[in-house]
Amino acid sequence: MRVPPLTRKLLRDLLEMKGQALAIAMVVAAGVAMAVMYLSNFDSLRRTQQAYYERQRFGDVFASLKRAPLRLREDIAAIPGVTAVETRVVASVTLDVPGMDEPATGHLVSIPEDRRPQVNDVFLRGGRWVEPLRPDEVLASEAFVQAHGFTTGSRVRAVLNGRLRELTIVGIALSPEHVYNIPPGELVPDDRRYGVFWMGERALAAAFDMEGGFNDVSLLLAPTASTGEVMARIDGLLEPYGGLGAIPRALQISHWTLENELAQLQSFGFIVPMIFLMVAAFVLNVALARALALQRPQIAALKALGYGNGAIAWHYLQWAMLIALAGVAIGIAGGWWLGSALIGLYNQYFHFPILLYRMSGGVLVGVTVLTVLSAVLGAASAVRRAVRIPPAEAMRPEPPAVYRRSLIETPLLAPHFGTTGRMVLRNITRQPLRAGASVLGISMAVAVLMVGFVFIDAMDALITTQFSVAERQDVTVAFVEPRSASSRHALSRLPGVLAVEPIRTVPVRLRAGHRHRTLALTGAQPGARLRRIVDMDGRTIAVPASGLLLSSRLGQVLDVAPGDDVTVEVLEGARPVRLVRVSALVDDTFGLSAYMDLDALHDLMREGDVLSGAALLVDAADTALPGRLKETPAVAGATFKATVLRSFRETMAANLNLTMFLNVIFAGVIAFGVVYNAARVSLSERSRELASLRVLGFTRAEISLILLGELALLTLASLPVGAVVGYAFAAAIVGSLDSEVYRFPLVVGRQSVAWAWLAIMGAALASGLIVRRQLDGLDLVAVLKVRE
Amino acid sequence: MASAVFEVHDLAKIYRMGEVEVHALRQVSLTLLEGQFVVLLGPSGSGKSTLLNILGGLDVATSGTVHYRDTELTRAAERELTEFRRRHVGFVFQFYNLIPSLTARENVALVTEIATDPMPPEDALRLVKLEHRMDHFPSQLSGGEQQRVAIARAIAKRPSVLLCDEPTGALDISTGIVVLEALAKANEELGTTTIVITHNAAIASMADRVVRLADGRVVEIEDRDTRLSPRDLSW
Ligand SMILES: Nc1ncnc2c1ncn2[C@@H]1O[C@H](COP(=O)(O)OP(=O)(O)OP(=O)(O)O)[C@@H](O)[C@H]1O
Ligand SMILES: [Mg+2]
Repeated sequence: MRVPPLTRKLLRDLLEMKGQALAIAMVVAAGVAMAVMYLSNFDSLRRTQQAYYERQRFGDVFASLKRAPLRLREDIAAIPGVTAVETRVVASVTLDVPGMDEPATGHLVSIPEDRRPQVNDVFLRGGRWVEPLRPDEVLASEAFVQAHGFTTGSRVRAVLNGRLRELTIVGIALSPEHVYNIPPGELVPDDRRYGVFWMGERALAAAFDMEGGFNDVSLLLAPTASTGEVMARIDGLLEPYGGLGAIPRALQISHWTLENELAQLQSFGFIVPMIFLMVAAFVLNVALARALALQRPQIAALKALGYGNGAIAWHYLQWAMLIALAGVAIGIAGGWWLGSALIGLYNQYFHFPILLYRMSGGVLVGVTVLTVLSAVLGAASAVRRAVRIPPAEAMRPEPPAVYRRSLIETPLLAPHFGTTGRMVLRNITRQPLRAGASVLGISMAVAVLMVGFVFIDAMDALITTQFSVAERQDVTVAFVEPRSASSRHALSRLPGVLAVEPIRTVPVRLRAGHRHRTLALTGAQPGARLRRIVDMDGRTIAVPASGLLLSSRLGQVLDVAPGDDVTVEVLEGARPVRLVRVSALVDDTFGLSAYMDLDALHDLMREGDVLSGAALLVDAADTALPGRLKETPAVAGATFKATVLRSFRETMAANLNLTMFLNVIFAGVIAFGVVYNAARVSLSERSRELASLRVLGFTRAEISLILLGELALLTLASLPVGAVVGYAFAAAIVGSLDSEVYRFPLVVGRQSVAWAWLAIMGAALASGLIVRRQLDGLDLVAVLKVRE
Repeated sequence: MASAVFEVHDLAKIYRMGEVEVHALRQVSLTLLEGQFVVLLGPSGSGKSTLLNILGGLDVATSGTVHYRDTELTRAAERELTEFRRRHVGFVFQFYNLIPSLTARENVALVTEIATDPMPPEDALRLVKLEHRMDHFPSQLSGGEQQRVAIARAIAKRPSVLLCDEPTGALDISTGIVVLEALAKANEELGTTTIVITHNAAIASMADRVVRLADGRVVEIEDRDTRLSPRDLSW
């Protein structure tokens, strides 16, 4: 095979600078690996989700209500655009699971005994469908079954409408409604404490006195139907029956969480890799600029021999592209591997019948094109400069570099630097742009690392705010129905209970113009000791005596400010509709919340000291409480802080550990790549000078000091810059994570900065040592012989 | 009568370095004929390299005209100059300017790749008596050998003009003779118009025409009838 001479030159030149080329390729590879990992997971999840939704006929609109007669179903089906309707009975119950102290919560959903549901069909993993004449048979969610090591035939005890029943699991199931299975009112899934059970419609209706009626409905719409219009019609139909307001699929909690995760994957798959590619492009630029300076006579010769500008530009662009492609190859392999590991994490999080890792050609092609493009951009200026050299001028060797005294060398300081110090300083100040670029490159590594650590800080701050400042109770109890004040005393007489604070939440729809949200309006006591309103910085906020206190996020969603009026449509009891003024907004960590003074709320509801739940402070030594709560029929659920905190930390840890690990690795790669490259470039620029010094009798240690001193200075300068850039990145990413469910506080602990700095100094030291070894091997004769 | 290859008229080249102006060439006029072997002599700094670079399309003049046959080089654009070099000119540089990462053969192939009617690289290397060193890298060759590779590279494309800037400057006498023989051979066998810059006045004896420069001006043009072979030069 005939290989054109220029191609040979290309390959041999690359081989000559293989260390540098590899360092650059690794930075590229890190970015590519990130992109491939995130985007392939995005792709896998998206496809799985779509196929699953389609197969199981996941609903387009959902609505809950108190109770409506079954004949209403015909009216709903008649709404234009509705293609399928499924009415159901759903209920939350307390479960008594063998081997568990605290009560678990069961979410019961009715299914027709004789057919599959037309909307939200369940996926039967094992076992069989419920039998019509056996009212105690249920299908149980796979996650719950697995968490407890159950099989078909296992039994759980549940309090259904005040009666203790023993349910037999006959089938193991999954549902598109519960891909992400989060207990109501909590932040993260806990498969041990929360299970979904599907029960025969007649059995469930009978247990809750709902025969001939339903309290939940889901629909499928024609593709052309307007979701908003259908929802308005549904709300109108359900209004007399205690409708809680229809919600579109977009706000269905499982779907919504999945979508959020997907959006995050997609943006991470772009933003983070872009940072890496930027750094790689910059490193490439520096390396190539130096290599081209060394090749001036060659470029001139090529031009003189008749090679055109285009051919020469293409030749050097190929350098950049080959390095980038090597990075792409390594990155794709790594990203593929990491991606298949990450899908394992998603398999724990999200419950799909099957979630397979899939690499799409689109991702690979896209990433490759983007990478090559950024490499070309990085190389462009160096190549352009080289090509622009008029051939005659390039015939002469590069003129001796122009040095100056550096600015720091004032008469006062100068004597203290010594020859070595002076050389270091002058070399940095001679090319301030390049020194600046190196500093920026290393800063990027600091920043990437810091962003990782900042998430741990944010998580800690979130936990502190949420569990030690805002929600200080040990146990939160929710009642099936709002109860009178006497139940407060009943609770305080339970074993181990030290204090009881009433909780009153009312389901409402807040409306401002055409904007509205359905949520729970919380009554807050001015002097509350357990549950308090806390802002982003951890300060407690007093509830205003009248009017509403809204989270700032809710203020944005409704587009209201203090002083504006909001329509409050209560969705329980007599369903009063009132106009209430917004008194203040609070910048808090949890997405959408609305508060009102407790007494004002009672007034609005025209009710006495009613409570819908309670916050308890308990004596940890007393272990009888969980058992007693399990047996109390009025209690729909009880949440223990210790358990919630544990599952919260576990979930976050699993997620963060992988991310942290990757961050450290990748930031290390960047730092190493940038420092190593900077070192190699100075080495090549100054090998002659350094060799001359050796000839003059300088020791190896002394000449390494000149080179490494420069790197050390650059690295040190990068640390503060990196901290600032890292803060900016963290702010941007935290901002992009803002959602209606929660917001991350931006907290940067001193430790995060310190760890980031330490890691970068480690990486810099490693690359410094490698260059030091190459410096020791400097061939004096060879260096001095070549004309430069 | 042979036709003119280069016609130079009132050529000037001024280098400006801030306030300082250096007149490298002033009002140079000159005609060089087809097939001639021309030697450029003159003290250091007299403008020899500058003139050669302009003739070869490596550099542009400040004023005046240069014609290569029917083409006015002083008006040509960058792209046309590249085309001119690629098709008609062979260069031999004082510092060889070989590509260090390519072997002797590959350095020659670099040119034959892009030429229209080149000789095989091996033939060109044989012309300069380097057939036994074809697969050596520049770093494995002596200075004279490198210079001969550079000549092989220049003649391999059968250029119509061969421009050499001090081709023997760094060489000893016997190596210098080998290099000059290679040049003379190309001039005779291929009819290549050859222009050689040198500090060695003896080399003038093998020329058809000798041009002397001093301080940017042509001070003497001597046409000679008898050419000596490089072996007979008295150094
Ligand atoms: N790029 C440049 N900038 C400024 N002055 C230049 C430049 N190139 C050449 N000169 C000046 O132009 C004059 C002619 O230079 P040129 O290289 O043509 O001389 P030369 O005759 O080839 O000398 P030598 O025999 O030493 O190679 C010299 O005075 C030189 O200093
Ligand atoms: Mg010269």
